[in-house]
Amino acid sequence: MSDRVAIIGVGWVGYRPVTPELSYRELIYQAAVRAYSDAGVDPRRDIESFVTVAEDFHEGTSIFDEYTPDQLGAALKPVQTITGDGLHGLATAYMLVRTGQFELVALEGHSKASNILSLPEITAYAQDPVINRPLRLNSQFIAGLEMNRYLYETDTTLEQCAEVVVKNRRNALNNPSAPYGADLTVREVLNSPPLSWPLGKYQASEHADGAIVMVIASEARARSLSNKPVWILGAGWCNDSPSLESRTWGQLPYIQQAARLAYRQAGIGDPLSTVDFAEIDDTYAYKELQSLEALGLCRYGEAGELTENGYTSPQGELPVNVSGGSLGCGHLLDATGLARALEVVLQLRGEAGARQITEVEIGLAQSWRNVPSTSGAVVVMSN
Amino acid sequence: MGMRKVAVIGAGMTKFVRRAQETAKELTWQATRMALDSCTLTMDDIEAVCLGTAPDAFDGIHMNGEYLSDGAGAWRKPYMRSYVGGGTGVFVPIQGWYHIASGLFDVVLVVAEEKMSSYYPHAQAAFMTIFDHTTERPLKPNLLWIFALEMNRYMTTYGISKRDIARVSVLHKRNAANHPCALLGEPEITVEDVLNSEVLAYPVQRYDVSPVSDGAVAIVLAAEHVAKRITDKPVWIEGVGWNLESSYWTNRDLAYPRYVEGAARMAYDMAGIKEPRKEINIVEPYDPFDYKALHHLEGLQLAERGKAVQLYIDGTASRDGDMPVCPSGGLLGVGNPIAAAGLMKIAELFWQLRGEAGARQVPGNPRRGLAQAWGDLMQVGTVVIMGR
Repeated sequence: MSDRVAIIGVGWVGYRPVTPELSYRELIYQAAVRAYSDAGVDPRRDIESFVTVAEDFHEGTSIFDEYTPDQLGAALKPVQTITGDGLHGLATAYMLVRTGQFELVALEGHSKASNILSLPEITAYAQDPVINRPLRLNSQFIAGLEMNRYLYETDTTLEQCAEVVVKNRRNALNNPSAPYGADLTVREVLNSPPLSWPLGKYQASEHADGAIVMVIASEARARSLSNKPVWILGAGWCNDSPSLESRTWGQLPYIQQAARLAYRQAGIGDPLSTVDFAEIDDTYAYKELQSLEALGLCRYGEAGELTENGYTSPQGELPVNVSGGSLGCGHLLDATGLARALEVVLQLRGEAGARQITEVEIGLAQSWRNVPSTSGAVVVMSN
Repeated sequence: MGMRKVAVIGAGMTKFVRRAQETAKELTWQATRMALDSCTLTMDDIEAVCLGTAPDAFDGIHMNGEYLSDGAGAWRKPYMRSYVGGGTGVFVPIQGWYHIASGLFDVVLVVAEEKMSSYYPHAQAAFMTIFDHTTERPLKPNLLWIFALEMNRYMTTYGISKRDIARVSVLHKRNAANHPCALLGEPEITVEDVLNSEVLAYPVQRYDVSPVSDGAVAIVLAAEHVAKRITDKPVWIEGVGWNLESSYWTNRDLAYPRYVEGAARMAYDMAGIKEPRKEINIVEPYDPFDYKALHHLEGLQLAERGKAVQLYIDGTASRDGDMPVCPSGGLLGVGNPIAAAGLMKIAELFWQLRGEAGARQVPGNPRRGLAQAWGDLMQVGTVVIMGR
C-alpha cells in the first residue's frame, strides 16, 4: 500500500459545441498525446494500467470499453471502464495506485455530445422502466421538481439561482477552453424561456464535445517525473436512492457522504476554513448552491445569499467554478467531473492564465451524474 | 509497504434460468441477500459496493448501474460499476479487491447481474450494437458467426477435430448436473448428442454454445483483520490480472488469445506462481463455447498451444482428475447470464476451496484455484487466483 498519489500530467481537447472534423477516437488521441507529453511518459513503455469512463447509450455502442484502448496507447494492457463520472474514474486510478501494484495509471473521459441526435430521449431512458417511464417524464421536468423543492425548503430566491449563471458564464470569458462565456444580467437569465418552472433555459448547461486525459502516479514516480505534482488528498463517492419516490429532494445526502469520505482521507475537519477554491457541479444553476451546502462549504440554505454577495466570485473568499463550470464550459456528459478536476489541477499548478487565483493550496472537485441519478463524487487536491 | 491481503468470506447466487420472473433489481437483491447471510453480515457492515453487468442494451436502461444500485444494497454507500464486456464477471471481484487493497475500505460487496430475457425476442440482436459503427455494422455481423470464424481458425491451426472439442461440452454439462442453480445440467449427454445438434454457424452447433440466461451472483470481500474475525475459512485473493487487446479484432490471429496470456502472467506474478501447471489445483476457464475453454487453458499457460484438448482426453480435466476444469459445470452447463456467469466461477472456487461444494466437491482438499473470463471483441482477459 502506498499512500500518496499525484496527478502528474493533463491533456485536453475542446470544449466545443460541435466538432464535425474529429471522431471521438481522434479527440481522445489528441488529449492523450498532450497528457503523456505533459507527464513526460511513454504510454506503451511506462503506463501500467488505464481507466476510462463511458456509458453505452451516450456512445451509441454496446460494451463501449471495446473501443477504448488503441487511441490511448493501451492495447494489450490492463484497461477497465467505469460507468461513472470522470471523478469516479479518478477515484479508481487513485485506488489502483494505492494498492502498490501500479505506479503509473492513465485516466480518460470524453464527450461527443454533438453526435447524439436524441439526447433527451436517451436520458429519459435512465428512469425506472416500470414506475416512471410510462409517465413520459422529461429529464428537465425532474430537475425543475428538484429545484422547486430546494427553493421551497431553503427560501433561496430565483435571483440567487440566476446569479450563479451570471457568475459562471462571466468566468468562462477568461477561459479559452470555454465556449459559453457571456456577459449576462440577472434579468436576462430570468427572462430566458422556461424549461420546467422554475427552471429556465439559461439555468441549464448546454452540451459540449471534448476529451480529457490525466496521468496519475505513485509518490516515488511523481517525485522523479514531475516538478509540479498535484496530490490527491482524498476521494469519495456515494449513491442515494435511484427511485424518484423515495429520495431526499431538497438536500444531497450522497454528496454529503462522498465529501465526508474524501475529507476523512484528507484529514480535513473543517472544510470551510481549509478548502481554498472549488470546482463543483452546476449542470443546473441551483445544483451549484445545493452542492456547496452538501459539501459543507457553507450552512444549509445559505449558498444563495453568499453567491449574491460575491462570496463565490473569483475575488471572493471561496471562488467557485472559476473555469466557468458546466454553464460556461458546456456539459461534457461522463467527462464533466474530469473537467472540474482539470481546472483544480491547473489552478494548483499556477497555469490558469487570466483566471488564476492567487495563493491556492487546496482545491476541491465535485460531480453529479445528472438526472435521474443520485450519484456523485468528490476529490480533494493540493499542490 | 506490503500489500493488504483481501479474502472472499461469503457468496450467494440465484438459479440461472432462461426467463426469470424477477426484475433485474430483484435478482440482484436475492444474490446479495444470500451472500450476506452466508457470512452472517448485514448491509450495515458493508462499506462499499461494486456492481458488474454487461451492456445496458439488455435491460434497455440508460445508466443501468444507477438503476440497479439499490437492488445491490448500495443505498447511501460508495458504489461503482465497472465493465469489460464478457470479462466483467471476473473483473468486478478485481474491482472489489482494489477497493480493499487500496486501504480505503475493509468490507466490500461485489454483485454481478444479467437479465438477458428482457431483450425480446432474443438477446442476440443486442450484440449487433457492439460492432464498429463504420467498418463492421453495415455487414450485419452476428456473434455466432464471428465465433465460428475463431473456432474454425483454432481447429485449422492445430488440426483439432469437432469430435474432440465436443468432449468439453459433455464434461461441463455433466458436471452441471450436480449444480443446484444450473440451467443445462445433463448427466447422460454424449459426444454424439453434441455432434448431432443443430448447426448454427458451422462449426458452431447448438450444444457447443452456452445458453442465454438470467441470474445474479454476489460475494463479500474483506480485509485480512476483518476476514479472520468473521470466518475461520477465508479464501484469499492471491493474484489478479486483466488485459485488453486492440479494438481491431480483424487484424489479429484468432488462433491464440494473447490478452488472456497477458492477464494470466500479471496474476501469476502477483501470486508468486512460477509453474502454473503444478500450482493451480482447480481451473474455471471461461467457456461460453466449448472450444473457448481449450483456447483459454492455452492462454492461461495450463496447456501447450493446440494441446488443451488432451486434458479432456486423458481425464486430467475431470472432477477427480489431476486438474479439474469447470467442476461447476461452467457456462455451458450452469448457464451464461454474462457478468453473473463470471462471478459464478469465483463463487465456485470459494465453495470448492472451503470444501463446501457438495456433490460437485473436487477431492483432495484443493489449495488453489483460478477463474478466468473473456469478452468484448475477442479482446479482453480477466483472471483471479484464489487460495486457502
